[in-house]
Amino acid sequence: MMSDALLKTIFGRLTLDSFPIHEPILIGTFAVVAMGGAAMLAALTYFKVWGYLWKEWFTSVDHKKIGIMYMILGIVMLLRGFSDAIMMRAQQAMAFGPNEGFLPAHHYDQVFTAHGVIMIFFVAMPFVTGLMNYVVPLQIGARDVSFPFLNNFSFWMTTAGAVIVMASLFVGEFARTGWLAMAPLSGLDYSPDVGVDYYIWSLQIAGVGTLLSGVNLLATIIKMRAPGMSLMKMPVFTWTALATNVLIVAAFPVLTAVLAMLSLDRYVGTHFFTNTMGGNPMMYVNMIWIWGHPEVYILILPAFGVFSEVTSTFCSKRIFGYTSMVYAILVITILAYLVWLHHFFTMGSGASVNSFFGITTMIISIPTGAKIFNWLFTMYKGRIRFELPMMWTIAFMITFVIGGMTGVLLAVPPADFVLHNSLFLIAHFHNVIIGGVLFGMFAGINYWFPKAFGFKLDKKWGTISFWFWVIGFYVAFMPLYVLGLMGVTRRLRHFDDPSLQIWFIIAAIGAAMIAVGIAAFLIQFYVSFRNREALRDWTGDPWNARTLEWATSSPPPAYNFAFTPVVHDLDAWYDMKSNNAARPVNGFRDIHMPRNTGAGVILAGLSTVIGLAMIWYIWWLAALAFVGLLAVAVGHTFNYDRDFYITAAEVTTAEDEHTRQLTGHAAVAGA
Amino acid sequence: MSEATIPPGTQAPVFYETDEHHHDAGGSTMLGFWLYLMSDCLIFAMLFAAYGVYGGSYAGGPQPHEIFELPLVALNTSMLLLSSITYGFAMLAMNDGKVRAVQGWLAITGLFGLAFLSIELYEFSTLIQEGAGPQRSAFLSSFFTLVGTHGLHVTFGIIWLVTLMVQVGRKGLIAANQRRLQCLSLFWHFLDVIWIGVFTFVYLLGVLR
Repeated sequence: MMSDALLKTIFGRLTLDSFPIHEPILIGTFAVVAMGGAAMLAALTYFKVWGYLWKEWFTSVDHKKIGIMYMILGIVMLLRGFSDAIMMRAQQAMAFGPNEGFLPAHHYDQVFTAHGVIMIFFVAMPFVTGLMNYVVPLQIGARDVSFPFLNNFSFWMTTAGAVIVMASLFVGEFARTGWLAMAPLSGLDYSPDVGVDYYIWSLQIAGVGTLLSGVNLLATIIKMRAPGMSLMKMPVFTWTALATNVLIVAAFPVLTAVLAMLSLDRYVGTHFFTNTMGGNPMMYVNMIWIWGHPEVYILILPAFGVFSEVTSTFCSKRIFGYTSMVYAILVITILAYLVWLHHFFTMGSGASVNSFFGITTMIISIPTGAKIFNWLFTMYKGRIRFELPMMWTIAFMITFVIGGMTGVLLAVPPADFVLHNSLFLIAHFHNVIIGGVLFGMFAGINYWFPKAFGFKLDKKWGTISFWFWVIGFYVAFMPLYVLGLMGVTRRLRHFDDPSLQIWFIIAAIGAAMIAVGIAAFLIQFYVSFRNREALRDWTGDPWNARTLEWATSSPPPAYNFAFTPVVHDLDAWYDMKSNNAARPVNGFRDIHMPRNTGAGVILAGLSTVIGLAMIWYIWWLAALAFVGLLAVAVGHTFNYDRDFYITAAEVTTAEDEHTRQLTGHAAVAGA
Repeated sequence: MSEATIPPGTQAPVFYETDEHHHDAGGSTMLGFWLYLMSDCLIFAMLFAAYGVYGGSYAGGPQPHEIFELPLVALNTSMLLLSSITYGFAMLAMNDGKVRAVQGWLAITGLFGLAFLSIELYEFSTLIQEGAGPQRSAFLSSFFTLVGTHGLHVTFGIIWLVTLMVQVGRKGLIAANQRRLQCLSLFWHFLDVIWIGVFTFVYLLGVLR
């Protein structure tokens, strides 16, 4: 008995039974992940790149490297989130009548929860944050963000959240509640296991990173724009980044608060969202959607920004209706806070309340529609170049309009009473998130990749990926609209009516096509890397683009710009090219830059330990790690030596190299 | 593309800042910290909203006028308000460049903060002993969470304050330390403002209820 108590003190509720050794799918996954991971670690050690990774990447405070690391995190987690998706599609395509499919209910419920959580928090958010991190400072002519260390710390906190979600796969279980962990299901009475605790701690820790990166980019955009760049001369992508970060700073604290209350219910025994003692589960639903609705605009606005840049560049025209574009962004930002209740018209708040939120929801389609028209008018009479980013943009315009219209349909409260929580809703939000956010990210990746790495992405494999994604999307999700209208609800593991099966089989075929699209996307990176010499961009401006990030070399030097550009026009780089602005080739000076630090990695690592210890009730470890966290955080503030100078000589070397590339390229082009 | 858009006769525009003036390090710090404080304010907004909804959900348990002792809360409030004044004196001393005075006023501020926390902990422990703990009803859950979150902020503020006393002692009132003192100043006064909300909406209105 003594040893039992001792084990409980040391390991909390972590026992040998917590490891899912009886689930063949998980064991298989674990074997693959463990072998792959071991092989990768061995390779990294063999090629002696640990030091390089640590010094040049993990501890880097360079916004460009942090942006790239965010994108890599997003791509890795996309593979995980998509595995969940394909498992669900396979399960639903086969589980009819006597066939129970291959996923037990206990496992299936975790799969759909993990899919949603991962795709939103650890795929879409890192993609969006990564693009903003990479592009915004370059676009506003700055050398870095306002708080470079915080930027590194934010990235590692997001990664820590992802690590905790991944840990739930092999130790214990994940939540079985759906991606928003609605109360009272997520309370201790109905979810006594570790699943919801994994959910809470991964989101709380990642949320710290998201919030701080929001503060950081907001301060950067407000304070660090190049001289001459007034607000109404900011590129549209920077405008959307500004709006998105306003939303992040104003929405994520709400998530923090509501999850904190849920944790108190689970850990302390309070009664915020319980059915008894005065608690009210609908408060949870309200509060989480007050964060949740702005969240979807946090994701879509930067995608709108990407499409604006891409359309303008590849139609070789100034964006149509810039001013209306900016006001549309701001109206969307404000309306984002006035529509949350449309996610639960069925709560029963009465006709007046439902009408209010139905109408505000419909009003959002007006600024969004204005943006669609602006892109169309930018294309009108433009010299459209059908490069990959432009193809993704056109696919977006068609797909997003369909998704937008089904959204307006759902905004009608009586219709929503029929369609609430049906597959129609699932089809709608995948329609806007894949067709909007994800297509936007692919457009952005193809557009800015040459800037980040100095060579373009392969067009053939990019085109293959494009068509499989786009067609795969329609094949996978149009059947769900049909099923939703027939009354099929979401999150079902098994069906009795055999007439439905054909639609699920079609949807599964669509998912398989998307799998090919993802594979082609990865092959595209490999092929492009292999052919990088042929795809090389020597000019820094491979698309003949219009904004400042193209005014420097590809990839840009650590300091971005040897001399800060001065802005006179919205399309600043186009303006410079039109006026034959001479790039200064001498007189370089020392450049003041922030120094790398490992504090972010250590703080995020300790946060991971706190999270895992709290999940498993290992109180001593949580307390110890928390004290460690405080000590490291306070210790870090005693380091006043946080910057250094890149000497004029180094700048001269780098800039001379770029001059040679520019003139060499011009000579080749001339010959 | 190479058409000049500048009318002839005007001076050619400058496209690069070749003679760059020095930018102050940390020029965005105050703005960034202010943005962070506003996000923190939203956390409190949610807790106030929760208290607004649950403030009458007693679940048959104790009600505000039975458990709140206004004289104790008044004493508590005065501790926090005084600490804000003394922090102000620390900032005045900072402007005069007096290291010792800054440290002294910070120490006094910290002591007021500790007094505030001690009284709050005493109040909490009394309530829990009377059976009015956070598990008793949704009203008490939201009360303890709102007031406790404020208390946690004060606790971290005190840790920060001690850190700054050491740093000011070591490095003096250099620009970086002045910036940090200003941030903590914002933080400390912000907690005061939140407390005025707590005092009014939770305690005073609670007793009137």
